[in-house]
Amino acid sequence: MIKKIFFSVLFCFFSFTNFAQECNTILKGIVIDYHDGTPIYGATVYIKSLNKYATTNFEGKFKIEQLCKGEINLTISHISCETKNAKISLEKETFKEFFLEHHIESLKEVSIVAAANIKSKTIQSTVLKGKAVEAFSNQNLGDALKDIAGISSINTGNAIVKPVINGLHSSRIIVMANGVRLQDQEWGIEHAPNLDINTAEKITVIKGANSLEFGGDAIGGVIVTEPSNIRLKDSLYGKSIVSSQSNGRGYSFHSSLSKSTKKGWYVNAKTTLKKMGDFESPEYVLTNTGLNSKAYSLQTGLKKFESGFNVYYTFINNEIGILRASHLGNIEDLVNAINAPQPLITNDFSYDINSPKQDITHQLAKVDYYKRFKKLGKLKVQYDFQNNHRFEFDIRVGNDRNKASLDLNLSSHAITSSFEFDAKTAEKYKVGFMGAYQNNFANPNTGIKRLIPDYDKYDVGFFTIGNFILNDETTLDVGFRYDFNAINAKKFYSKSRWEERNYDLDFNDLIIADFNTQWLVNPKFQFHNFSASAGISYQLNDENSVLFNYGLSNRAPNPSELFSDGLHHSAARIELGDLRLQQETSNRISANYRFKSENTSILVEVFLNHIRNFMYIEPTGTEQTIRGAFPVWAYKKTNANLFGVDFSLIQQIGSQFILKNTSSFIRGKDVKNNRNLIDIPSAKTVNSVGYYLEKWHDFSAVIESEFVFRQSLFPNNNFETYIPTSNTNVLVDISTTPNNYHLLNFNSDATFKLSEKTNLTVGFTVTNILNINYRENLNRLRFFADDLGRNYTLQLKLKY
Amino acid sequence: MITFKNRFMKIVKNLALVFFVATAFTACSSDDPEVVNEEELITTLTATLKPSGGGTDIILKSVDLDGDGPDAPVISVSANLSANTNYSGVLKVENETESPAEDITLEVLEEDEEHQFFFTPTNNIATVTYDDMDGDGNPIGVQFSLATTTAATGNLTITLRHEPIKTASGVSNGDITNAGGETDVQAVFPITVQ
Repeated sequence: MIKKIFFSVLFCFFSFTNFAQECNTILKGIVIDYHDGTPIYGATVYIKSLNKYATTNFEGKFKIEQLCKGEINLTISHISCETKNAKISLEKETFKEFFLEHHIESLKEVSIVAAANIKSKTIQSTVLKGKAVEAFSNQNLGDALKDIAGISSINTGNAIVKPVINGLHSSRIIVMANGVRLQDQEWGIEHAPNLDINTAEKITVIKGANSLEFGGDAIGGVIVTEPSNIRLKDSLYGKSIVSSQSNGRGYSFHSSLSKSTKKGWYVNAKTTLKKMGDFESPEYVLTNTGLNSKAYSLQTGLKKFESGFNVYYTFINNEIGILRASHLGNIEDLVNAINAPQPLITNDFSYDINSPKQDITHQLAKVDYYKRFKKLGKLKVQYDFQNNHRFEFDIRVGNDRNKASLDLNLSSHAITSSFEFDAKTAEKYKVGFMGAYQNNFANPNTGIKRLIPDYDKYDVGFFTIGNFILNDETTLDVGFRYDFNAINAKKFYSKSRWEERNYDLDFNDLIIADFNTQWLVNPKFQFHNFSASAGISYQLNDENSVLFNYGLSNRAPNPSELFSDGLHHSAARIELGDLRLQQETSNRISANYRFKSENTSILVEVFLNHIRNFMYIEPTGTEQTIRGAFPVWAYKKTNANLFGVDFSLIQQIGSQFILKNTSSFIRGKDVKNNRNLIDIPSAKTVNSVGYYLEKWHDFSAVIESEFVFRQSLFPNNNFETYIPTSNTNVLVDISTTPNNYHLLNFNSDATFKLSEKTNLTVGFTVTNILNINYRENLNRLRFFADDLGRNYTLQLKLKY
Repeated sequence: MITFKNRFMKIVKNLALVFFVATAFTACSSDDPEVVNEEELITTLTATLKPSGGGTDIILKSVDLDGDGPDAPVISVSANLSANTNYSGVLKVENETESPAEDITLEVLEEDEEHQFFFTPTNNIATVTYDDMDGDGNPIGVQFSLATTTAATGNLTITLRHEPIKTASGVSNGDITNAGGETDVQAVFPITVQ
């Protein structure tokens, strides 16, 4: 590889030299490591035009004699360094210093992304890249991550997929998009990350709160998505992916094009379009579950070793239909819907997306800059702006028919800066600062009371991380972070609700105006959050390694937990926040054991997460309104313990077969009330057998069995209610979890070389081969309809 | 080292300045939010029953002025019904948080094909028949007749469904069982027939 780079670079830099007549000049020099200033032994200094070599000695010095006067081009290379070219004008005997960058691996990963610290060996992390990500080109981020042990998703239908890491989701997870923390109203359970999976070449999932660089409140973990690395040569390359699927009769198109130069300039543009119609369960059409999605991104910048910058803009718009039958009027409709064997409204297949639906536009713009300082380290500064505009359309009447019921516009600005002291390989430090401002505007023209109020939010954070290589076998990471969050909201409360919540006892000083039946209230809350992490990894021998880590993190309540106040139609429930909530504190310990031999790889991950003041939403009773009765779901706090084991195995059998297993088990307990926690993912085991034939077009065929166990540990929140039209009392069963299910899936692909630089990959996938009826516990529409039936997907991928 | 430190601090300072100026501008623009004018709020359901032989109208009323708020609706029945009597009835739905109150019955009638009232009595206190029709010849229920027979006590539940399946079995006769749709209004009135 190095050799290849060496020659290609040489070729590029080839130039004619002036041959002067006097050819007895001497060039002396020293080759030095850029980071720590130490001399580099064994570096090669090469003058191609003269075919002259020199190698540096133990002091990093070299000497080349009998050179002609004039300009010469030098190529300086070393086995683990980036090759460097230099042009020298030689008039007399000369001594020159050359700096080489000593970590070629880290160079490749520099700069486009602030993802530096995720290479840490002491955190529980898993990486998906290349083909594993591209396979999900027509799906969502949440779908792609489910292949990782311990990662599941909480869904609203098929198009709204929120990742769940070790049982935690929403505000407990940070999603990083090209170095920017996504601010897209992630608090809501039916708010999926606004990210086009095609913008990511590589996705890293970090379990737990041990990556303090990204934030101190990621009690669940961090998902880091990164675009592809820029090739440091003159090239124009790209890819196009076209997918077509039978279920939903959908298609998706993605294309990306990059231009880069050897000087480090690059520009890259991406576009993705998706259109899906109504999805289908094995027996009926899931009416109004289509999707229209458009995404574009553009980035440009300069990537050099010593400095560089990146300017990035993305736009994504998703219009997502919500199952028509999930829109309900009151508790009686809920009972009817739960008891109906199939959805009460099913129409013929259609691409139309009607109410209820979501229409969300997310825009992200950022600019970053980095600079390296000799023998010291690397400075990064970044500014990003995000705008998330979310419309939710309910079924309405009259003139309001096409008017959104919810219209929230969230703008976020953030400045982040970090400095990494990496001069010493065995002892690195990183310090950083973050400042952010956010404004939420809830448009009053919807004619429906705001679910989330207008607010301003300010965040300031500082972190420091140390990475120590104690010896060849042991690495230690330690980090601290402090965050200050302040929220200043202006919210209307109906006076009856204000009193029912007993806010009149504690919060009357927050009232700023009287609007007849409502108070206008100005809650101002401040939170100080400390987080810490420590991890150690130890390589027992060539095959066995272990790691242990501990994370302390605090998360301030989000606007939904504090301020929710209103009727949620798709769930037929009244949701209530609580102004009294304090931040929750997580103490998480985890351990990994890894075995890796030539043919076998085993990873066992265990964790215990104790969360004090764990915030969650649960039914607390019913309220009568003129529409009838509604269950009330209120945010509460308790102390919770989450415990889980994730297991992965990859076993190569011969040269052509690979067996894989990923399994996960998690338990969630409310220790204060000695109850099970709600919405804990089911235990799951996925087994696959793959056949690979590299010789024949990189062919692969994988059959996969996915078994999901029934979640038998759930809190019983069932309640009885009076149904006036039938004059009966019925039990509303909103707790009992669906049965076990077993899905069989198949995937095959092969790559054909069309020309020197063009590859075509043809992929074919079938999911739910047996077309079984099933319902998934963490799909919020499970009360109303079965999950997806069989689906065939054909994918064509062209790389050029 | 010193020059680096100075440079670093300068960059940080400049950034902090830009940042705080930017936030100061955006923060200043936040005035008090506008109060939401709730457009489809239904606070009041009134059923007026006019005895066929003359006499005082009987008013059944459910009023819930805080909408989806915690206060339960206030249900009132102005008088007991008489046995063996026919009443002609009219329904009205209103938003009384507005002044004057907004008559939502008009909206229901404008989109009559998508709305239907259902009357569900218990204990055989009365039978209810529809006196109006939408464009498709299906009932709406704003106008209805109510007939009592023997003395009894029970409940009369009045339900307004949006987008019911009017063609489903029994729905046009007033049976809500197969109606589907979403409930917009539901009120249970305790009735005594004497």
